[in-house]
Amino acid sequence: MTSRYRLTFAKTEPMRYTGHLDVQRAWERTFRRAALPVKYSEGFTPRPRFHLAAALPLGCTSRYELADVWLERPLPVEEVEARLREVLPPGLVLRKVEAVPEKAPALQNLVVASEYEARFLEPVPDLEARVARFLSQKQMLRERRGKTYDLRPLVEALEVRRGPDGEPRLWMRLTARPGATGRPDEVLDALGIPWEIARVERVALLLGEG
Amino acid sequence: MKPEVLQARLERLLPKVQRPARYTGGELNQMVKDWDRVDVKVALVFPDVYDLGMSNLGIAVLYDAINRRDDALAERVFAPWVDMEALMRREGLPLYSLETKHPVRDFDIVGFSLPYETLYTNTLNLLDLAGIPLFSADRTAEHPLVIAGGHATFNPEPVAPFIDAFVIGEGEEVIHEIIEAYKAWKAAGTSREDLLLRLSQIWGVYVPSLYQDHYDNEGVFAGLSKRVPEAPLPIFKRLVPKLPPPPTKIIVPFIDTVHNRFPVEIMRGCTRGCRFCHAGMVVRPVRERTVEEIVEAIEEGLRYTGFEEIGLLSLSSSDYTHILPLVREVVRRFADRKVTISLPSLRIETFSVELMEALERTRRRGFTLAPEAATERMRNIINKPVSTAQLLETAREIYRRGWTTIKLYFMIGHPRETLDDVKAIADLSKAVLREGRKVLGKRARVHAGVSTFVPKPHTPFQWVPADTVTTIRAKQALLKQEMRGPGLKLNLNDPRETMLEAWLSRGDRRMAQVVYRAWQLGAKFDAWHDQLRYEAWLQAFREVGLSPWFYVHRERLLDEPFPWDHIHIGVTRQYLTQDYLWSQEGKTRIDCRQRCFACGILPNYAALRYLTPGDVWKCPEVKRLPRRSVVSLTQVALVQE
Repeated sequence: MTSRYRLTFAKTEPMRYTGHLDVQRAWERTFRRAALPVKYSEGFTPRPRFHLAAALPLGCTSRYELADVWLERPLPVEEVEARLREVLPPGLVLRKVEAVPEKAPALQNLVVASEYEARFLEPVPDLEARVARFLSQKQMLRERRGKTYDLRPLVEALEVRRGPDGEPRLWMRLTARPGATGRPDEVLDALGIPWEIARVERVALLLGEG
Repeated sequence: MKPEVLQARLERLLPKVQRPARYTGGELNQMVKDWDRVDVKVALVFPDVYDLGMSNLGIAVLYDAINRRDDALAERVFAPWVDMEALMRREGLPLYSLETKHPVRDFDIVGFSLPYETLYTNTLNLLDLAGIPLFSADRTAEHPLVIAGGHATFNPEPVAPFIDAFVIGEGEEVIHEIIEAYKAWKAAGTSREDLLLRLSQIWGVYVPSLYQDHYDNEGVFAGLSKRVPEAPLPIFKRLVPKLPPPPTKIIVPFIDTVHNRFPVEIMRGCTRGCRFCHAGMVVRPVRERTVEEIVEAIEEGLRYTGFEEIGLLSLSSSDYTHILPLVREVVRRFADRKVTISLPSLRIETFSVELMEALERTRRRGFTLAPEAATERMRNIINKPVSTAQLLETAREIYRRGWTTIKLYFMIGHPRETLDDVKAIADLSKAVLREGRKVLGKRARVHAGVSTFVPKPHTPFQWVPADTVTTIRAKQALLKQEMRGPGLKLNLNDPRETMLEAWLSRGDRRMAQVVYRAWQLGAKFDAWHDQLRYEAWLQAFREVGLSPWFYVHRERLLDEPFPWDHIHIGVTRQYLTQDYLWSQEGKTRIDCRQRCFACGILPNYAALRYLTPGDVWKCPEVKRLPRRSVVSLTQVALVQE
């Protein structure tokens, strides 16, 4: 029996401003509350073997997050799931737990793209036109942390959709590979939409063959 | 402003600030009660950022104590960092509580935690952000009751005009009496003055507006008198006879904080009697929790929180009676859960190394020792009599057991200190490093942290002048020159920060005008190196017409009244005076667990000790009901009901 598990979970409103490392720590604490001992790496500074699939920009919630975790001993999936459910903190919603073969490829290497949906706290004028203009560009050079990069090829898809409330939402699929990760805040900025009027949620992680 | 409106407007601001999770609340174990269904709403304010405030045990203890009541609620409030404050002021957003986003102004009681003095300008700033008048005299029945407590308030005078009532001493019990008095006052429907008078009758509560301060012709503080006959004088500090169970359902922050861990206080007070130490004098007597109680609290706490670190807190861990059994039991029960255990404030002896070895089984970080002074002469003056040989032996043992870095804490500016004593800090640090070299070669490190002594109220050194900025700089220059070389690191305090701490510690009621003016001139976050506005403080002194140097650089006559004399910590002035005189002869005292030196705690709290027999207190037992005891039996009986 394997002792490696894959968690599918949502990161909801209370944790909107909890960053990548702190989400990881929140999970480690959840496992400790559940009395499920996480396996630690070998070496001088042992780290818990808990790996999130892909970092989420600060300020985003997510409907679909993945993480792999190794426990010190194999336990039935149902038991792991049940014990975690009892002690989840606000902001983490567990969707499911699956057993994963020990030797399966690392989750971080499987992710190829992320899909995001942005809704807006106030109307964005000419949203469709902005999107059309963006998509017509061949190149979109931007600067981030002192480095110039091209945002355009990282945007695999971008469209305006209607939400259940009838209001327009912006849906996008962004590349998420090592060294080539599109950020939703960068896309909004390129569209001239202030970040603080947008509520961005990751709606899907796309996995490749590994 | 309604909470929903505030929340909606907040949403627009948060994406623009650093670390927005400071301002959202909603963490695991947060307590949210129905606002409309409790009688008394208390805002607990730590007047600095979330990251610091969430590590404050006092707030956690009171939060737990108040929220256990059905008729009251407690919510948290911290200072917005400068970026957030600017946005809040621009958008007209008032200071609010994290739990329900109610404006602080809508609470019944606003309680400030003031563990150190450099929070005073932030206190004013937060009152201002809350839309509450800064001066107690300007508040009406429309405004919340503003109270404050914490170690700094053992000299409450520099902030006396801003606070309606101070809690002097320990808050766990008195907070309930304050809430009861508040309810009774509301039911009676009388004036705000009547509320303050009612509060003043509670043991441990100081209402500054009931007293008048006096000065002689030269502007020297001459004493405090009552304005109403009912006002108690002196005001005796509050203390709990037995430590109540520690809170275990501690809030787990979403983001990293200064001490992101499960804290448990193993003991309160210290019996060593270091003469510079404020806490050692004001937190007497020593009371311990049992090993079982501590271990149970950790068990429960980890179940509620899942924290990866446990902090066993006290002023002097090695002095806890059952420290070895405690450490063994904690390791046995919790080590395999991958938690680290921190045990601060260890004595300089090889036994401490054994304790740490049991705790830090894998990762050995720095090992901290606090000799405080580098010569035996100086250590006798401050009553921290550790021999240099013992220190070096301990250091040798630390390096031998695998720690590569020793952190040494010293102070300069001790009474009767010479430049030789200062230079000795460098010599001793090098001697420690030599011990490390013998064992580890070039991997050995010494980090010396050298702060500057401030003569604190209620200590045997309260009569002593503080070093001037010029003297401090000269001593620091000497240290910098002497402490060079590989493996040595030196950390120094900014002397201007020391001055500010000294003024605010030793000020009288007139100092409040300086605090007020300094705040108007932009002083806030004074505890942050990069925010200190020293020039604003000097300007405030000039404009108010007070001399900062007069407060801190004058040696006091033995019988000069102090602005904090009306606050009684249980220890008598006679004892402090004797201890001061002994320091001048280099005469030391042993641990008072071994022999009672009659500091005053026992006679003043005899009834309390009588009713709390046994091993809980580390003072001798009181077998017969005393005739004279400041804290009366009726008061104690009421508390214990």
